[in-house]
Amino acid sequence: MMTPQSEEELAGMIAGATGPLAVQGGGTRGFAGAGEVLCSAGLAGITLYEPGALTLVAGAGTPVPEIEAALAAEHQRLAFEPMDHRALLGTTGTPTIGGVMAANVSGPRRIAVGAARDFALGVRFVDGSGRIVKNGGRVMKNVTGYDLVKLMCGSFGTLGVLSEISMKVLPAPETEASLVIGTDRADHAVAALSRALGSPFEVTGAAFLPNRGAVVRIEGFETSVAYRLGALEGILGGFGEIERLNADASQTLWRGVRDVRPFVDRDGDVWRVSVKPGDAPRIVAALPEGADFMLDWGGGLIWVLCAAGTDLRAKIAPFAGHATLVRADADVRARLGVFQPEAPALAALTQGVRARFDPRGVLNGGGVKAA
Amino acid sequence: MEMPIPNAAVLARKDRVVARLLQVLPADAVISDVAETRAYECDALTAYKCAPMVAVLPASTQEVSDVLRICHEEGVPVVPRGSGTSLAGGALPTADCVILGVARMNDVIETDYANRIIRVQTGRTNLSVTGAVEEDGFFYAPDPSSQLACAIAGNIAMNSGGAHCLKYGVTTNNLMGVTLVQMDGTVVEIGGGYLDAGGLDLLGVICGSEGQLGVVTEATLRILHKPEGARPVLMGFDDNEVAGACVSDIIKAGVLPVAIEFMDRPCIEATEAFAGAGYPDCEALLIVEVEGSDAEIDDQLARIMEIARRHNPVELRESKSPEESARIWLGRKSAFGAMGQINDYMCLDGTIPVSSLPFVLRRIGEMSAEYGLRVGNVFHAGDGNMHPLILFDANKPGDLELCETFGAEVLKLCVEVGGCLTGEHGVGIEKRDLMHVQYTMDDLEAQMAVKDVFDPQWLLNPAKVFPLDASDARRRIEMAAQ
Repeated sequence: MMTPQSEEELAGMIAGATGPLAVQGGGTRGFAGAGEVLCSAGLAGITLYEPGALTLVAGAGTPVPEIEAALAAEHQRLAFEPMDHRALLGTTGTPTIGGVMAANVSGPRRIAVGAARDFALGVRFVDGSGRIVKNGGRVMKNVTGYDLVKLMCGSFGTLGVLSEISMKVLPAPETEASLVIGTDRADHAVAALSRALGSPFEVTGAAFLPNRGAVVRIEGFETSVAYRLGALEGILGGFGEIERLNADASQTLWRGVRDVRPFVDRDGDVWRVSVKPGDAPRIVAALPEGADFMLDWGGGLIWVLCAAGTDLRAKIAPFAGHATLVRADADVRARLGVFQPEAPALAALTQGVRARFDPRGVLNGGGVKAA
Repeated sequence: MEMPIPNAAVLARKDRVVARLLQVLPADAVISDVAETRAYECDALTAYKCAPMVAVLPASTQEVSDVLRICHEEGVPVVPRGSGTSLAGGALPTADCVILGVARMNDVIETDYANRIIRVQTGRTNLSVTGAVEEDGFFYAPDPSSQLACAIAGNIAMNSGGAHCLKYGVTTNNLMGVTLVQMDGTVVEIGGGYLDAGGLDLLGVICGSEGQLGVVTEATLRILHKPEGARPVLMGFDDNEVAGACVSDIIKAGVLPVAIEFMDRPCIEATEAFAGAGYPDCEALLIVEVEGSDAEIDDQLARIMEIARRHNPVELRESKSPEESARIWLGRKSAFGAMGQINDYMCLDGTIPVSSLPFVLRRIGEMSAEYGLRVGNVFHAGDGNMHPLILFDANKPGDLELCETFGAEVLKLCVEVGGCLTGEHGVGIEKRDLMHVQYTMDDLEAQMAVKDVFDPQWLLNPAKVFPLDASDARRRIEMAAQ
C-alpha cells in the first residue's frame, strides 16, 4: 500500500505507477478498483476553518469524524449529511472527506440543501499523469473557468486523486423534529411527501419506511420547528395517522435512513436507484419477489435489497434515472456493472474525459466502471 | 482587448455558409445583411463591439443541431447567445463567426409540481420561468439582477447567481438536466427529473462553461414553493470593518438570512441623491432579509438586531410592512442606476473570503485615491461576492484604459486574499487574460482538456475564458485544417 505524505509525493507515485492503482481514502465505501492500493490517509488535517465565512479546508485524507467534531464545536455541520457506509457494507476503517467527495456521498438532507458536490468549493488533485491541478477556491461563488470541482465529485477517483478539499459548511439548527404519517403504501407515501416538499415549510428530510410510514423532518429554531410541525400536520392529515417524533427520536430515525439501517446484517445485494420521485411507486411495484425497499428524497432515492445476482436494472426497465450496485460480490459487480450504463453519446463524452485525465488508465480501473 | 485575427478562408465562404443555413432554417432566421448583423455586435459589455459574419435564430433543438453540423463541416466558429446581457463579453462575436441566438426557443415544455421541476427551452427568460409557476405559489430561485431580460441559456453558460443565493444557491445548484447539442450536431441528454449523475457529473462542468462545450437547448430546473413571507432589516455602521464583523456574527449565530447586502458610503450617497430612499448618513449599510411566517420573521429579525446592537449601529430599521420593505430595498435596487447617473462605470465581480472584507475595502479605497477614479461598493456580503463600481468618463481619452488597469489590480487583490476573479458574471473576454493570475498552466490545461473532448476543433466561442496564449495551439487546429 502506498500512503503519500504530501501532494508532491502523491504526484510522484502516480507519475511513476507502472500498473493499476486502487485509489481509496478510508476504504469504507467499497468503490476502490483493482491494483496496488493508493491511500490518501497521509494527506490529512484541517488547514483552515472560518466559521464566520462558513468555510473549511482540509486534506483529502482527513477523517470525517475529525471534521464533524471541529464543526460541532462551532455549532456547524456538513449539511449534506454524508452517509456512513460501514454498517451496510461491513467495512472497517475511518471514512475520509476525500472519499465523501470522490463518491459524492449525500444523505437525506440532499433533497433540501444539495449534494456533497454542491458544498465542495474547491479541490486540489493529481491527475492520472501525475500533474497537480487546482480548481475552484474557498469562496461561495466562483465562476472563474470551468467547474472541475463538480467533475471531480462523483468521479470515484477515476480522473484524479484528491489531495485537498475546501467546502461550504452551514450552521447546525437549534433543534429538529419529525412527523410520521402512518401508511404502508408507497403511492400514498410519495403523495404525502410531495405535498410536504411542495409546501413553504422547508422540509429537510422526506422518507418512506414501509413498516413505519412516511416521515418528514423539520429543523430550525425551537419556535419555528413547533410552528412548522403544526402547519404540516394541517396539510398532511388526510394521508394517515400522524405521530410526532421529538428531537432525539427524530435524530435516531434519520441516522438510520442515512445509513440504510433496515438493510444492515441482511443477505442480498443492495442497490441505490435515483429516479423522479413520482416514478418511485411504479418502480417499487415492479421489484422482484422477495425484494425489500425504502425511499428517501421524497421518493427520488430508492434503496433496494434483493436476491444476490439479480439484474435490478432489467427488472425495473425502462426507467429514467440511474441504479448503482452498492453492495454485491465481486463477480456480480463485474457481471452487472456497479454504475448505470450511459447512452452512447454520453458514454463517448465520459470516455473522452477519462482518457484526457488519465491517459494510461491507471486510476481506479476494474471494478468501478459501468457495465 | 486582443481578439484572434478573423479567418479569411471562412469569410470567403460566407455565401456558401449562408446558402447552406438557409436550407435548414426559414429565411427570417438567417441574418447575413451587414447592417442587420450589427444588432448582435455586442452584449452588455458594450466597450467591445464586432459584428458577426452571420446570425441565426433557430427555433428547435433539431434546427440548432442542423446549424452546428453545417458550421462544423464548414469550419465556422459559433458564438452562442442567450439574451445578450453578459457583463463579461461572453456573447461578443468575432467577425468570422455565426452568432447562434436561442431567443426563439422560449416555451415551457413541462411543469411538474409534484416533482418540483420545470422543463423549459433555454431562450426563456429567467423571470418568466418564475412567471410560469408563481400563480401556483412556486418560483425558480436563482435571481440575477438582469432577470427580466436574461435567458436561461445564458444563466447556464455563466452559472449565474443573484441576491438570494446565500440560501438557495446559484444556477448549478438548481439545474437538474439539459439537452445539449455538441458542435458536430450530436444531441446529448444529460440528467433530468432525478438527482445527481449516474456517471461523471458532466452537467456540473457544462454549467458555467460559457457556451464552449455545446449549446443547451432545453433545461430541467428545480422549482420551490415560495416562502410565506420575507422582510428585511436595515442597519447602518460608521465603519466598514464593524459592518463586516456584524455579517460574520450573524452567520455564526445560526441564522441563515436569504440575503445580506452591503453598500459603502460612496454608494449610499449616490443612491440617496438618486432615489431618496432615506438611508442613514454612515460609512456602511447592511440590508439583511429573512423568510418565513410573520412570527418566524419577527423572531429571526430580533436575533439579528440583537447581534447588530452589539456593534453599535448608527441606525437599525426593521421593516414591519411591505411598504417599509420596498423602501429599504429601493436604494439597493437603484444603486447601479444611481452610479450610472454620475458617470460611466465598470462593474467588477471578484469574490473574497468574507473575513477579508474590511482589508479589501480599505485597499480599494487607497487604490481609488492612487488612480484618481471613484469607486462605490455594493455587493452580496453573505457570500463575499463584491461588485466594486469604478467610475470613469468614456469620453475622456485614456480613462477606460486607466479604469481597466485599476479593475485588474482589484481582481488580483481578490485572488491574493484567497478569492477569485469572478463570482457570478463569468470570465468571457473581460477577465480572460487575468486567468493566469488565478491558475497555473497545468490548472488551465485540465480545463481546456474538457473542451478538447466536447469540441475538438475549438469552434465554439473559442476566444473566451482562456488567455489567448494558452489556447493558441488548440485554436490553430481548426485554422490548419483549412
